[in-house]
Amino acid sequence: MTAPNHNWRKFKNALMQAVTLACAILVVTPLVLVFYHLVKEGFSSINWAFFTQLPKSVGESGGGMANAIVGTFILLGQAAVLGVPIGVLGGVFLSEYGSSRLNWWVRFTADVLNGVPSITWGMVVYALVVVPMKGFSALAGGIVLGLMIIPLVMRTTEEVLQLVPNGYREAAFALGIAKWRTIVQIVMRTALKGIVTGVLLALARVAGETAPLLFTAFGNHFWTHKLTDPISALPLQIFAYAISPYDDWHRQAWAGALVLLLLVLFVNAGVRVLTRDRFKRNA
Amino acid sequence: MNEQVSNQPAALRARGGSHFGDRAFKWLTLLMALSVFALIVLIGYELAHGSKLALQKFGWHFLVSSDWDPVNEQFGAVPFIFGTLVSSAIALLIAVPISIATAVYLTELAPLWLRQPLTMFIELLAAVPSVILGLWGIFVMVPWLRDHLFPWLQKTLGFLPLFQGPIYGVSMLSAGIILAIMIVPIITSISREILRSVPGLQREAAYALGATRWEVTRIAVLSYAKKGLFGAVILGLGRALGETMAVLMVSGNGMRVSWSLFAPVSTLATGIAGQFTEATEDTYISALFELGLVLLGVTVLVNALAQLLLKTFAGPGVKPQQ
Repeated sequence: MTAPNHNWRKFKNALMQAVTLACAILVVTPLVLVFYHLVKEGFSSINWAFFTQLPKSVGESGGGMANAIVGTFILLGQAAVLGVPIGVLGGVFLSEYGSSRLNWWVRFTADVLNGVPSITWGMVVYALVVVPMKGFSALAGGIVLGLMIIPLVMRTTEEVLQLVPNGYREAAFALGIAKWRTIVQIVMRTALKGIVTGVLLALARVAGETAPLLFTAFGNHFWTHKLTDPISALPLQIFAYAISPYDDWHRQAWAGALVLLLLVLFVNAGVRVLTRDRFKRNA
Repeated sequence: MNEQVSNQPAALRARGGSHFGDRAFKWLTLLMALSVFALIVLIGYELAHGSKLALQKFGWHFLVSSDWDPVNEQFGAVPFIFGTLVSSAIALLIAVPISIATAVYLTELAPLWLRQPLTMFIELLAAVPSVILGLWGIFVMVPWLRDHLFPWLQKTLGFLPLFQGPIYGVSMLSAGIILAIMIVPIITSISREILRSVPGLQREAAYALGATRWEVTRIAVLSYAKKGLFGAVILGLGRALGETMAVLMVSGNGMRVSWSLFAPVSTLATGIAGQFTEATEDTYISALFELGLVLLGVTVLVNALAQLLLKTFAGPGVKPQQ
């Protein structure tokens, strides 16, 4: 660290600062480009009909994705019914009970499950539900998304329960309240906002899943009111339209993608604002 | 937290009267927590069960044969394994330096006011659904690559076999690039958490020796966090290996092994997604299940390795998922 290379070191410092800044810009660019093109191509096709009408057949212009939008919410509803209780209660176990060794393994397995490719989940539910029921169904689509959110919800629930100060639990025990009631009525209640946040994030994540729905929910051009029929979902419809050769369908795909992205980003951004409050209060 | 709770005097824990409620609730939550083991066993079992026919018929040959011919019922997984490995390798080559540099910028070098919004922006990028990136890939990225980047690459680097052959646009290289876009936010945000968990004393010690900011980062932070950063990269790899929709839309469904990066390819995941609904023969479906089994095996191993690296580096505080 002698004087002669001092300038060189300062130069290198400035250089690396510039290089890392350039990388950060490079990382942000795709999102900006994707959003720009979605708005440019999709915005003009979003109108009242898009949200209220069924898809039109080839050649006819107009039509919408009403059934796909409703389908996505039906699938998410089923996923929540299946996945949320299992995930939340599992998270309660990880935070409040168990031995550290068992809990290490549960966490580890849940994190590995999070990395299982969505397409393999689809195959599993195909074998488990679609084959015995002899057909693609909304039920199978809901089950696959429900299974996928279990590890996600479990881990986030555990995390937010750990943020509840231990004094709350001790105070409840000191009053002679049973442990399970302490957990349900005091610990979980305190962390309710965080739990809901985790659930919403998990649902937002599977809302965009396409691969596991390809051979479970399958897609449908019409309204369905039976869970045993195939059902459409926004990502499925976007995919089907995107790979079709028709310009009109391409425009619909862009519009659908814009709606889906706004939905997902809205939940994500909203949740971040909510959680910021949470950390402030508990810090 | 668990230790703290269970360290309380037994008398305190037993208080409250409703022993039954306590026990029932505990068992209920235990059962739900154990569901993750059931799920991983279930996935493995169903895929193995589905691929039984192909396993019997082709045995180990499945993994070394590059002949994928549904018409003649000949199935070999090599084209798909090749496509998966090469496209993921391209993705890592592009994504790793960029992601780690960005994470360094976010934790060490960026002005404070910029760190929070930039981090949030990158996390939003991670939330963009695969099918939307695929849509953008088909209509914006692939035409641009086909008309501008690929011809230029061929002109300047065409003496390499990697950059020879006809240009379709949909290709191995497009798949690698879209994968890179998808894993960059993941590697960046986990690397950022890792770098943030490096103790401040490390940095202060290096500053005290008169190091510049970059020297502090290199000497005190990056070398300290090496293992965790490696874990972040492996986690990104796990995601790239199993990614389906975006790759399906830009890779062109080629079923042959080719050294040209401009040739259409399939990965394990896109091979399944592209053919599953049109497969009618039992052997064909079974072969696709075996592709799924291979994919599951590889991704579980890779993810387990990543989690081990992250957990042993970070301790219980850092959340390694997503």
